[in-house]
Amino acid sequence: MKKHNPLVISLIAVVIGLLFAFGLVAITGRNPFDLLTALVRSMTGFNMQKPDAGINPMFVLNWFKYSVPMILTGLSVAFAYRTGLFNIGGEGQFIVGGTAAAFVALCVDLPPIIHPIACLLAAAAAGAVWGFLPGLLKAYRGINEVVICIMLNYSAMYICNMLTRGLLPIDPNTNARTISIPDSAVLKQVTTATASQFNWGFLAAIVGLVIFWFIIEKTTFGFSLKATGFNKEAARFAGMKVERNIILSMMISGAFCGVAGALLVLGEYKYGRIYTGFDNYGFDGISIALVGAANAVGVFFAGMLFSLLKSASGNLQIFQIPSEIAELVQAIIIYLVAIQYAIILVLDKIDFKGFKKKREPKSIEGGDA
Amino acid sequence: MELIYQMFPIALMCATPLILGALGGLFSERSGIVNIAVDGTMQIGGFVAAAILIVCMDAGLGGASKWIALLASMIAGVVFIALHGVASIHFKADQTISGTALNVLAGGLTIYLCQVFYGTRQTPFFTPDASFQRMTVPVLSEIPVIGPMLFTNVYSTTYIAFAFILITWFIMKKTPFGLRLRSCGEFPQASASMGINVVKMRWIALCISGALSGLAGAVLVLTTSNYYFVNSIHGLGFVAIATLIFGQWNALGVLGAGLFFGFAQTFGYFSSSIPLFSAMPSDFFTLFPYLVTIIALIIFSGRSVGPKASGEIYDSGKR
Repeated sequence: MKKHNPLVISLIAVVIGLLFAFGLVAITGRNPFDLLTALVRSMTGFNMQKPDAGINPMFVLNWFKYSVPMILTGLSVAFAYRTGLFNIGGEGQFIVGGTAAAFVALCVDLPPIIHPIACLLAAAAAGAVWGFLPGLLKAYRGINEVVICIMLNYSAMYICNMLTRGLLPIDPNTNARTISIPDSAVLKQVTTATASQFNWGFLAAIVGLVIFWFIIEKTTFGFSLKATGFNKEAARFAGMKVERNIILSMMISGAFCGVAGALLVLGEYKYGRIYTGFDNYGFDGISIALVGAANAVGVFFAGMLFSLLKSASGNLQIFQIPSEIAELVQAIIIYLVAIQYAIILVLDKIDFKGFKKKREPKSIEGGDA
Repeated sequence: MELIYQMFPIALMCATPLILGALGGLFSERSGIVNIAVDGTMQIGGFVAAAILIVCMDAGLGGASKWIALLASMIAGVVFIALHGVASIHFKADQTISGTALNVLAGGLTIYLCQVFYGTRQTPFFTPDASFQRMTVPVLSEIPVIGPMLFTNVYSTTYIAFAFILITWFIMKKTPFGLRLRSCGEFPQASASMGINVVKMRWIALCISGALSGLAGAVLVLTTSNYYFVNSIHGLGFVAIATLIFGQWNALGVLGAGLFFGFAQTFGYFSSSIPLFSAMPSDFFTLFPYLVTIIALIIFSGRSVGPKASGEIYDSGKR
């Protein structure tokens, strides 16, 4: 079996996923051209069916708005993945992050600019704590982090709701959220020219991308994390602190998700949230990390892709296409990445036909996946 | 005492889908396949049951409709989980990733189909008399203490779940098939060397798993609701997995854990009328299953209770 660039496999998965979407839309009696129009409109603000209407930048900014938390949760899952861990606990870390940010925003008095930064740091710390527990249990007791993370997701939601209801001032009108956070803690819109809530929080995603890239690619710490992910025993034998790596990796991973949750509270909702369900950003992070092959550049592009699908939901409904098509595309793509063994087999077959003569000696290699 | 009599049927109602979902997880995990797609399969089962029930009622099938709906949900569960089987048995997929994909798929697919068929994000309402209703077992309910607890105001689906507990226990512990199935989850290479077809065993286990999980979703929708919508299952598939773990991957344990979590939920509804618990927020009781599972995992972690090879990609050449 030949080694393939994981991004090539992702690209194939994405293309098949989108083709599937167009097929499904056609089969269920909707117009595939409407799907294309909706996607293009969400991406560029240009309505192909009404070319005279011009370009509406709000859609583009909305796309960017969705991409910010999704890139962060993608980075979170990718970071843990590099250490051989599967962080399915993004939802919980996202929620504790949001709640921590709300607490700092409402209970601490700070000047503008410093205030949101303090909120974000608190959120990162809270997310890290929520990642610490599965990391600790994985490292020292060998408990599967997936199960602990799933349980912690729901625990986070109910614990945070209890804390918010118990300790923060609740908005008396709705009784379903806290009062609005002070103006000093709000992340301002980048431009008030459109109604889009796209805010300065996007800087956090850029900082996140740089930190991720720097730790993973440029530091010995990152190298030791990756070594732990490749082969734990070999890393231990080489003198690396495997247990510490696992715990720190989960904590950093949790911090990314915590910040993502805080960005929504500070930039979009502008009040402390009482959660009735998951926002799915944490689960989106899994798709993004997998499709982005768990590296910074890949996560960026995958994040842009999936956030486009998310931001398109309004436009899809306008064009009579159920917005759940976005989830379906996402599911197909993750599934295809999961069965990449099959894609590789097909790729090898195509390759083999084309270069039969040239490659012949290479095919003897033992089959080790 | 009056309160306990009131709580018991509700706790049983809450426990039923958890037990069925956990048994679904039990079959697949015992055969060596991690199945976090229980939640997704429950969504599919719930949607199919609601849709089929409405179709059957319109066709004038009356009382048989709900049983047809249950059967359809089991079939749908098998078809759906087959995707997991293809990925994890044949294509060496990471089972957690494949399961995640299926969970996302189920959420999208059910609501997409709702929009295509009905034009809204939910199925139409079905009349309460079309679905399952509380019933009182004639003679048994007269028994003091046990009668009002177990045989009054209960759903027949609860007894189905109890029956499946016994069947599962019998299959797993008393039949050669069960022994073979469990061996595939412990050390598949050794099973293969004894002439057991690991791939076939895992397919059978996964199909049973899909059927039971689909049934779990159907039972949930047909007993606690009168339509299917996006939050119908509200993560109960993950509580079912918690039930499985807390029940230590065996049928009788699942029964105990399911009842325990069922009661935890019921306490949430009744907390305001119990003096001892009225000070606690109801969220605390919803939180309970998850916290207990984490604690249980920490306590069990020293001993190896779960299937050993669960989640591993089966490679017949591995030593």
